[in-house]
Amino acid sequence: MTATQDTGTREVGTARRRKEDAHLITGQTTWTDNIQLAGTVHAALLRSPMAHARIRVDVSAARNEPGVVAAYSGADLADELAGLPSAWQVTPDWVAPEHKPLATDEVRYAGDAVAVVVADTRAHAVDALDAIEVDYEPLPVVLDMERAMADDSPLVHSDAGTNVCFRYSDTFGDVAGAFADAPLHITRRYVQQRLVPCAMEPRSVVVAPVPAAGEYTVWSSTQIPHFVRLFLALLTGVSESRIRVIAPDVGGGFGSKLDIYAEELLTFTLARKLGRPVKWTETRSEAFQATIHGRDQIQDLDLACDADGRIRGLRVNLLADMGAYLQLLTPAIPLLGRAMFPGIYKMDAYEFGCVGVFTDKTPTDAYRGAGRPEATFAIERLLDELAAELHVDPLEIRRRNWIRHEEFPYDQIAGLTYDSGNYEAATARATELFDYAGLRAEQARRREAHDPVQLGIGVSTYTEMCGLAPSRWLGDRGYAGGGWEAASVRLLPTGKVEAVVGTSPHGQGHVTTFSQIVADTLGVPFDDVEVVHGDTAAAPAGLDTYGSRSLAVGGVAVWRAAQRVRDKAKTLAAHLLEVSEDDLDFDGGSFAVRGTPGATKTIQEVAFAAFAAHSIPEGFEPTLSADFVLEPDDFSFPHGTHLCAVDVDTETGRVTIRRYVAVDDVGKVVNPLIVEGQVHGGLAQGIAQALHEIAVYDEDGNLTTGTMVDYTPPSAADLPSFTTDRTETPSTTNPLGVKGVGEAGTIASTPAVVNAVVDALRPYGVTDVPMPCTPERVWRAIHEAQGGTS
Amino acid sequence: MTRISVTVDGVESTDEVEPRTLLVQYLREARGRTGTPVGCDTSNCGACTVLVDGRAVKSCALLAVQADGREVTTVQGLSNGALHPVQRAFHERHALQCGYCTPGMIMAAVDLLRETPDPTEQEVREGLEGNLCRCTGYQNIVAAVRDAAAELRGAS
Ligand code: FES
Ligand code: FES
Repeated sequence: MTATQDTGTREVGTARRRKEDAHLITGQTTWTDNIQLAGTVHAALLRSPMAHARIRVDVSAARNEPGVVAAYSGADLADELAGLPSAWQVTPDWVAPEHKPLATDEVRYAGDAVAVVVADTRAHAVDALDAIEVDYEPLPVVLDMERAMADDSPLVHSDAGTNVCFRYSDTFGDVAGAFADAPLHITRRYVQQRLVPCAMEPRSVVVAPVPAAGEYTVWSSTQIPHFVRLFLALLTGVSESRIRVIAPDVGGGFGSKLDIYAEELLTFTLARKLGRPVKWTETRSEAFQATIHGRDQIQDLDLACDADGRIRGLRVNLLADMGAYLQLLTPAIPLLGRAMFPGIYKMDAYEFGCVGVFTDKTPTDAYRGAGRPEATFAIERLLDELAAELHVDPLEIRRRNWIRHEEFPYDQIAGLTYDSGNYEAATARATELFDYAGLRAEQARRREAHDPVQLGIGVSTYTEMCGLAPSRWLGDRGYAGGGWEAASVRLLPTGKVEAVVGTSPHGQGHVTTFSQIVADTLGVPFDDVEVVHGDTAAAPAGLDTYGSRSLAVGGVAVWRAAQRVRDKAKTLAAHLLEVSEDDLDFDGGSFAVRGTPGATKTIQEVAFAAFAAHSIPEGFEPTLSADFVLEPDDFSFPHGTHLCAVDVDTETGRVTIRRYVAVDDVGKVVNPLIVEGQVHGGLAQGIAQALHEIAVYDEDGNLTTGTMVDYTPPSAADLPSFTTDRTETPSTTNPLGVKGVGEAGTIASTPAVVNAVVDALRPYGVTDVPMPCTPERVWRAIHEAQGGTS
Repeated sequence: MTRISVTVDGVESTDEVEPRTLLVQYLREARGRTGTPVGCDTSNCGACTVLVDGRAVKSCALLAVQADGREVTTVQGLSNGALHPVQRAFHERHALQCGYCTPGMIMAAVDLLRETPDPTEQEVREGLEGNLCRCTGYQNIVAAVRDAAAELRGAS
């Protein structure tokens, strides 16, 4: 049953313009860095320019600089600063080295913080960093994962005795049987380059203490205010009830603000020590080094197939770069892809192995898609290679292998049950919008004519898992926490509604979406619903925003809480109208006695009656409010078909996206405008991985792509317009039928684009172009392939 | 310290600033105009874009002293009560998600439309090249700017 069937109103499914916009388009914002409390002092961090070194730090001279209030080295604070948490122990024998917010004796990546200065102004704090003396005694650097695994490799953490963080493996089905005498193998190595999330708002933290009361208010540019509160409590010994964490306006996250960062714990500790508000704001240059990176995986893949291209089995072996330390979820990220490598395809056997490796680089963690883009890239690239091998159309090879719509629910090989899907429908719609046949014909003509600009067509028929996550599933896999989500809905005396939610947005439009759900359920106007979020004092329970969970888990919690309020209102309405509840209909926000025209109570009238409580049934608790904590039954599985056409100039290597069609099935849609926006943004980031972005380290471990100029996130001029459409196959794992859309575009688009680039160059013997497919790399791939064949 | 007089969103004020103070710092810290955010330290992202004497400028690429005697308009001073057509179009077209790039994007678009009242899609894309957005994929921004262009042409 859906919310729209509950009442006569029709908010769900409407392209409501966002409530969030008004203050954002007028600059009436509350970014964390805007917060300026009286008496605030400013923290600045000194960061290591070396990737690996033993350090001796002397901050005493900095203490005499103008405006300086305090200066500390890591050693000075060693006893007061706990190590940062990693909450997902992926194997019993993982290696989880201590990770101090300030390095005490060794730095392990360029950007590792070694000291902090607190001063009256930010400029003074930054100036005083120059007075700090650091003696760096260089240690050998290890940057390459395969090198790091060799016995004679230098160690990132010498006391660990190894650079291996964990080894994980799983098999499903009869792998040996499936691979024995398979007539066809597609064996490939793909590299998921390291990416920098680049949320536009740099991180920022303000901590205001009330020293006498031992209370703290923390503002942080974070996706996870509830986690920040929990971990600050665990790491400092201050009771959770004395820590209030506020995520005010947050300028994007994409996973990079799903972490407990050194600067959060450090700023808190400084505020506690100094007894006054302390603020720290990251510069973009710092962000490139000190905010987590994403991806960075080497994938060895073997697809065993029958002669007609039917998949028998898949072997996946990953090397996953942890960077120098484990952040909150670092080791789990590659494993979140574990079950997604089989994609939408049927197969008899599947083997997955992953080794997590430490290197002297910025830690990795969740970046939009978190393990699933990597998996989807692998399988979708392999399917295109399989098609090429057999000279079959890439859509046809997929048809031979995908789960047919009548086969749902489908227990896939890696142990997930795909509840619903219709790959045929999405593909049919996408090929139509794309003019697939027409473009294939044009491609043939241009190949024939040896056009120096070749047309390539790339296919990606992806699925992904959304709605992190059933708590038991998380517990079985070593995650310390759960995956439920909380909501409270309060019908106020005036008839307005407050919905308090445990997930908080940083661009996703929760306020608008949740308002639509509540408006339908209670039959109140959209504008009468306020959504309260992102402040642990106002919304004390919640597990925050990541993994495309906000609607599929949090939205369902809101809906269920609103239903409880409505049910309670009905009880009171029946009492007031002196009828049985069974005699009442609820429509358009009004309870009406069936068959008695005029005998009605609006929900607003009931709200006031519940508040006044002059006449309530026996045992009825005054006021109309309800909580709901939703434990998700299972994941949801959005899917879709993305088609990309590129022009590749074989003389310059330049790739231009000519057409991009995305047909996504994200289940029931609450707000199509917001869904489309999420798809657009996701596509941009996925395309950026395919064509534009890579974090590059030089041999000493310096990040050479440490600014926006060098890292080249795409601008408007670098991206095309997209054609988007949807099919709608409701999820059956939640009562709203919703799936999740925050990551789908990113997951789907990277392989679509690279498949297109490679497709353009097949006549030249090219079978792969490493990401990002920059002109130089494309040109090189052509020339290497030509050299190899001539 | 240097004494400067700058009109910000219609309000003139005289302040002492350090010569090295960036215009964006001056706006945010001395003038309290925190609607203009900072997204980078290399003048590449455009988040800090404001109008100086009517022209779009990255306010992190200008010193406060260089704004002496000039008129600065931030996103907070763009509308007089009613929203500016560009602001309205951003809302209508869902041209913002987190909103961090939005002030700069809007101010850059206002200047773009002053110079090019009827831009093609490509002209909008190239005109906004200096403003990065990580959320929207730009498509709705482009649509919003063209909608606003049509409205502004109709109004003139
Ligand atoms: S903050 Fe001015 S361009 Fe980035
Ligand atoms: S809306 Fe978030 S950066 Fe543009």
